[in-house]
Amino acid sequence: MATPAAPLPPRPAHPGAAGRVETVPVRLRVDGVDRELDLDPRVSVLDALRDRLGVTSVKKGCDHGQCGACTVLADGRRILSCLALAASYDGAEVTTSAGLGAPDRLGDLQEAFVARDALQCGYCTPGQICSAEGMLAEARAGMPSHVSPDVRDVDSPVELTDDEIRERMSGNLCRCGAYVNIVAAIGDVARARS
Amino acid sequence: MTTKMFGAPVARREDPRLVTGGGHYLDDLGAGALEAAFVRSPHAHARIVDIDVSGALDVAGVVAVWTHEDLPGRAGDPLPLLIPHPSIVSGVTGYALARDEVNHVGEPVAMVVATDRYVAEDACAAIRVDYEFLPAVVGVAAARDGADLVHPDAPGNVGAQLVQEVGDAVAALESAPHRLTLDLDFQRSACMPMEGKGVLASWDTDAGHLTVHSSTQTASGVRAALAAKLDLPLARVDVVVPDVGGGFGVKINHPWPEEVCVSAAAIRLGRKVKWVEDRREHFVSSAHERGQLQRATVGFDDEGRILGLDVTLWHDHGAYLPYGVIVPMNSAVQLVGPYKLRNYRVEYVSLYTNTVIVTPYRGAGRPQGVFVMERTVDAIADALGLDRTLVRERNFITPDEMPYDVGLLFQDGRPTVYDSGDFPASLAKLKALVGWDEFEAYREQARAQGRRVGLGIGCYVEGTGVGPYEGGHVQIETSGRVNVATGLTTQGQGHETVFAQIVADELGVRVEDVHVTTGDTRRMGYSVGTFASRAAVMSGNAIALAARRAREKALRIAGDVLEVDPRDLEIVDGVVSVRGSGGGPGSSIPLATVAVLSNPLRYAFDESAKAATQFGSPTTDPDAPPVARGEEPGLEGKDFYSPPRATFANGMHAVIVETDPDTADIRILRYCVVHDCGNMINPTIVEGQVHGGVAQGVGGALYEKLVYDPSGQLLNASFMDFLMPFASEVPHIETDHLETPSPLNPLGIKGAGEAGTIPASAAIASAIEDAEGFPIHAMPISPYDLWELRRAHAAGDLPSLRHGARDGGGADASATSDAAPDVPEGQR
Repeated sequence: MATPAAPLPPRPAHPGAAGRVETVPVRLRVDGVDRELDLDPRVSVLDALRDRLGVTSVKKGCDHGQCGACTVLADGRRILSCLALAASYDGAEVTTSAGLGAPDRLGDLQEAFVARDALQCGYCTPGQICSAEGMLAEARAGMPSHVSPDVRDVDSPVELTDDEIRERMSGNLCRCGAYVNIVAAIGDVARARS
Repeated sequence: MTTKMFGAPVARREDPRLVTGGGHYLDDLGAGALEAAFVRSPHAHARIVDIDVSGALDVAGVVAVWTHEDLPGRAGDPLPLLIPHPSIVSGVTGYALARDEVNHVGEPVAMVVATDRYVAEDACAAIRVDYEFLPAVVGVAAARDGADLVHPDAPGNVGAQLVQEVGDAVAALESAPHRLTLDLDFQRSACMPMEGKGVLASWDTDAGHLTVHSSTQTASGVRAALAAKLDLPLARVDVVVPDVGGGFGVKINHPWPEEVCVSAAAIRLGRKVKWVEDRREHFVSSAHERGQLQRATVGFDDEGRILGLDVTLWHDHGAYLPYGVIVPMNSAVQLVGPYKLRNYRVEYVSLYTNTVIVTPYRGAGRPQGVFVMERTVDAIADALGLDRTLVRERNFITPDEMPYDVGLLFQDGRPTVYDSGDFPASLAKLKALVGWDEFEAYREQARAQGRRVGLGIGCYVEGTGVGPYEGGHVQIETSGRVNVATGLTTQGQGHETVFAQIVADELGVRVEDVHVTTGDTRRMGYSVGTFASRAAVMSGNAIALAARRAREKALRIAGDVLEVDPRDLEIVDGVVSVRGSGGGPGSSIPLATVAVLSNPLRYAFDESAKAATQFGSPTTDPDAPPVARGEEPGLEGKDFYSPPRATFANGMHAVIVETDPDTADIRILRYCVVHDCGNMINPTIVEGQVHGGVAQGVGGALYEKLVYDPSGQLLNASFMDFLMPFASEVPHIETDHLETPSPLNPLGIKGAGEAGTIPASAAIASAIEDAEGFPIHAMPISPYDLWELRRAHAAGDLPSLRHGARDGGGADASATSDAAPDVPEGQR
């Protein structure tokens, strides 16, 4: 085993220990709690949450923005937290699945996911639920999707058919393949909220 | 009366935690641990000339850098060949860190341990490895050709080869009125769980004890392997499996190089060390599956009855063979499906290539085998102009022939004997569900609208619940809480729920009072693992048997207290009472109190415990020992379930596709499943398993394909490039169930985990073929592939389906070999 001659250095304040990187102060309100960080500007929202703040209610699936497992809400809009730089979200209100409910007081989407058996291993589920929350807000605001009958209509709330839900949730991979029930669970909530 | 829990669609009790982000997967553990990263080979086949780690030592935060020579003792030996099947002629396994040679891109060469992963990655980039290139062997065709070798001591690149035969296939083929040969190509794919592998090792220096958390499908397997590799007593090693973000097979292989390296480093450094696989690492250094070239020659009579079948499977098992030949073995044996094959010969040739290792992926070789059989049956139907379901029916094993001995040895070395199943009934259900007999009318209607639709079918039989055994431990606390432990692991199957359902019924307690632990060697050391759709069958039955033991003891103690015959007692909602007494005073006793009495005490730790002290019970016989001879203190039961052989589940899928006449886009309009896994513990969970299986099956049929270039670089090693189905690609799935109980186990259950995946490629190929009118012999099939096939068909290079005797006769051997003899890989 090769080991460095010098004793262990202190933990570096930034990723990529070689060289100095200016850090930036970042304030986030995470699931209702104000948090302050001093970060390398390259740190993603995902790594800031998981590695720096110990918030593990958001999961990392691919770290490349291709699976949706890390979806959180930033000021109510769904984002892929692995592709979002924390520094550019200074002052944002970040909501993870833990901010949408607790085991003894589930949010309506969480309740619906349980009732519809819309998960198996649960790894993608926090991202699915945050994504669904953001998606429901988009539909309410009239944002059309690829399958909307009239993409010019941006004023009235979108009727969330199964096809609309499938299309709008198509950024969230579920390798256990619980899609049939995910679509049903989100449909239940969409109807209940409207 | 307590509601019966077995068979009830109980909501999963693990879910409230998981939907609120409370799941604790491997990377959610070990805050503050040192982190490891690995230098991996960028070359598919090369000799290692030199490794210069000096650059890494200059990176601040690096704690250790290891190469092969740093691995202590047996940790530097080759990794184990876990399943030493007799058909293996050359079983080569890799090292935890490559020694002299690398055999696939992604093979680990060096490990850096540092204060965090970022530092470790930076240091990895500073390690210089000089390689001397060797020719790479990529793909089945190149491996079979044998011009270049992966391992010098595996001539012809053959790792294993086996012929199994029932009857005399060659003679049957020779005398058959009709013969057909099909050459088929099934792609390489991979499990791709959302959570990759990961390991966290903690060494307690004072106790000399290693605790390893791993995202694995076998806690006991990892424990035994690490103890052996690291030369530790088994009693000084524990493996705990946290929440696991999906497995689908890839996490059953063990020990992974990283499990060995990280554990060894934790011991040497006296620190917690953690490694979590990133997505690219998972693509290039875990395991793949499926990839086979296949040839089938079938002989049949005018009615479509199969007289003889001769199959050869060329199986690509990658660079090493740690998991043996389970995959090609399953392909070869489970190919038989629900059909009577009295003259069947099958040979598999399992070949080394300079690619990632191949270990089971949901279905474990069965999708490939079923693809061969079902394509063959469809070809027979086409050759004779018969309905595809009619040919199937004519070849079905019938219920009165159960148990049915296939005549081949299964992957567990035991005879392949189907224990139960009613294939004609399943087919009838499927035809009704999909509207098989009405489809031609629908096709005409669609055609009138300029649409092209097709109907396909796929049938399978699946050996589930293979041995050797699993165990269950049931313990009733003095609070009435019931603790249940079984050793196998959970990666999304809802074991906390289904095992609690079983115990609630067996003991007569509320399901909420039952708490289940899986995959923790501290709680249950004797175990095998979660694979082969075996958890419900193996652990479910073991836990039921254990609960029966606990119940028997509870009734014995309660009978003494109530002075009644235990046979007159029942347990309802956690209260033992005289049957029919209404549970009044003197005729009933809570199970919690029975638990108190089961453990004679010297010290009363609370009010209820007084009853168990030496002065608490007036009826104690002063001359008898407080714990009777042959008894143990405590209200517990432990038992194991070890079946003589697997139990065989079955099912049938039908699918309707629409293919776009212009763009060749393929859309699934309906997907129907009839499924028989015996008695269902929880229909909701079974349905979820079927849905998940179908989703992966649809992925396998239409999207998922791992593509290597000729130099052995994996070209699509990301979620962006390796296409998997999202909500937008998976159709609504219609299911119907048949419950033919297994006579082999006390609960009458069969496995359900892999079922949905197995016939999907066969069924979808069948449907596309039906829509297009020319044969489909290679999977997956993308719109581009279909478009190319249409071009070939239009150019006359691909024959049309015959829909029977178009030329006035049946099939014959010379005229019906309707694909090129060797389908070159990458043709699509």
